[in-house]
Amino acid sequence: MRTLRFLLVKEFKQIFRDKGILPIIFIMPMIQLLIMPLAANFDVKNINIAIVDHDHSSYTQKLVTKIASSGYFHIAGNNRSYDEAMRLIEREKADIILEIPVNFERNLIREGSQKVYLAADAINGTKSGLGASYLTSILADFNNQVRMEWLQGQPANIQSINVEVSNWFNTYMDYHKFMVPAILALLVTLVGGFISALNIVREKEIGTIEQINVTPIKKWEFILGKMIPFWLIGVFDFTLGLIIARFVYGIVPAGSLAVLYLFVSVYLVALLGFGLLISTYSDNQLQAMFVAFFFIMIFTLMSGLFTPVENMPQWAKVISNLTPVTHFVQVMRMIVLKGSGFADIKWQLLIEIGFAVVLNGWAVWNYKKTN
Amino acid sequence: MQPFNRLNHRTLMGSVIIEHIKKTYDKGNVLALKDVSFTVNEGELFGLIGADGAGKTSLFRILTTLLLADEGKATVNGYDVIKDYKQIRGCVGYMPGKFSLYQDLTIEENLNFFATLFATSVEENYDLIKDIYEQIKPFKDRRAGKLSGGMKQKLALCCALIHKPAVLFLDEPTTGVDAVSRKEFWEMLKRLKEQGITILVSTPYMDEATLCERIALIQNGNILSIDTPENITKAYPRKLYALTASVVHKILSDVKAYPEIASCYSFGEFLHISFKNDGKDNTKELLQHLSQKGFKDVTIKEIEPTVEDCFIELM
Repeated sequence: MRTLRFLLVKEFKQIFRDKGILPIIFIMPMIQLLIMPLAANFDVKNINIAIVDHDHSSYTQKLVTKIASSGYFHIAGNNRSYDEAMRLIEREKADIILEIPVNFERNLIREGSQKVYLAADAINGTKSGLGASYLTSILADFNNQVRMEWLQGQPANIQSINVEVSNWFNTYMDYHKFMVPAILALLVTLVGGFISALNIVREKEIGTIEQINVTPIKKWEFILGKMIPFWLIGVFDFTLGLIIARFVYGIVPAGSLAVLYLFVSVYLVALLGFGLLISTYSDNQLQAMFVAFFFIMIFTLMSGLFTPVENMPQWAKVISNLTPVTHFVQVMRMIVLKGSGFADIKWQLLIEIGFAVVLNGWAVWNYKKTN
Repeated sequence: MQPFNRLNHRTLMGSVIIEHIKKTYDKGNVLALKDVSFTVNEGELFGLIGADGAGKTSLFRILTTLLLADEGKATVNGYDVIKDYKQIRGCVGYMPGKFSLYQDLTIEENLNFFATLFATSVEENYDLIKDIYEQIKPFKDRRAGKLSGGMKQKLALCCALIHKPAVLFLDEPTTGVDAVSRKEFWEMLKRLKEQGITILVSTPYMDEATLCERIALIQNGNILSIDTPENITKAYPRKLYALTASVVHKILSDVKAYPEIASCYSFGEFLHISFKNDGKDNTKELLQHLSQKGFKDVTIKEIEPTVEDCFIELM
């Protein structure tokens, strides 16, 4: 035990004396947590629309006003021809073209129907997709208005299903609430993953591991001496993140803090095991950095942080479930937003325990004192 | 089994026995050590002398249980390097050629740290390191990375000694250290030897060989010779002469071409030469030969061979 205590003292002294690593561990995650959730916003606003109105009637006037006042669209131009509007798209000035044919009003009144043409620039898939669907719903709404006007007096004929949507757990669909817990998970992963991956390999590079290896120190003592400081740093960073979430974004975990910390504790053990495993396989810091970067990149992109896991093809779902980050992001959102309790996350917890046992066991096994 | 081991252990206390050790790298393509065998006695100051790449470090790493040999057997302090690696790690001190202490910890912290790893304390064996530690004590709060080469080396020696090892392995401790510090270092080693510690030291410097009790000359993974430095120099097969002239470098090819010459190589400002047949008056004939060639100011005198001469002879 005395040996372990000295190892910890030594490790902490080294961390606090390293003027390069210290700010990375403590300040960088905080700065990122203040910037990333504000930037990573999937609400699509300011869609530039070019309108080609061949009709110039009072109905088209009403339609354009309705589009402009929806808040999602910005009228980039009223063009005389489709070609002219197309040029706006080519110059990236517009995202969507709405072409209204001649006799729009007349046909709508006389025949009860009229087609409009809608073209979207699909280079940015999200923007064009959402833009087109917003526009479609505005058109549908407009259509209903017109019908209401014309069918006054025969209200019995109108049959429509009204869908009332209520958003639970994040009532105002506030994107920050969705992203902050996940980005906090990402930052804990980045800090914990990288510093643990770089640590043993650093001792290899400087040569201090030679000197350690000829001592009677036990493998588990050495590995534990490496794990505990990073575990504490991880928990500290996480706490700091929760405080920022509370005071900057007003997010208070709906679920129990105890369950949240229990999960983070187990997750960090799994993550540090992953870092140490990389460290034992690498010969120098550059190698360890690249390998860690490769995996953490995959973990992050497949974790459901940015794109829902449910949207992935079956094989990708399997990969996604094989990374510890996925379950952590999921549980973070469940506990923080939904207020899930221990019973709801026990499977994820079991999975993380599995990761922790396998990764750490592998790291201890692979760390050889003799070549 | 147990009583036998203990007896065995006591008789071999402090000694290092190496039998037919072979080590290759790169799946057998690079031969580092081929069939090396020798014994270091208890309390001996033993030198492993060889050029860079001769296999010194590989041998040290095998003996300190950091590396596994392909073939052969070795015991340190009576413990087998493979079976009893745990015991060996507790009773040997190892100072690698490269400075391997924590550069971001201070002198005192490094020392305390390694004392703890060996489950001892600095106070417990302070008398052993006192002489050395006193010299760096004024800087005990300075980080190891900021120390001069000589001080680093003293600190490394302190850390290797802190648990009072039975055998001390020093891998090229004086490489890259100034002449004064080197001299000091060897004096420290002599004092440690008096305390009964077996010391195995490797060095590429031939002049340090005479400071050891016994030496092994190693070249390309082969042991060329093992003996006391005196015996090794005595065993030089011929008389050795030092030749000097104002234009030594020009004379070299003419001397080499002389038919009676057995060996000839430059050695500092001299040429060291020996003749095939020591019975004749070789020097006079050679001088005559050289003066015919136009070299007038040549002098030749007989000298005692050094370890380096023996090494070159054996190579």
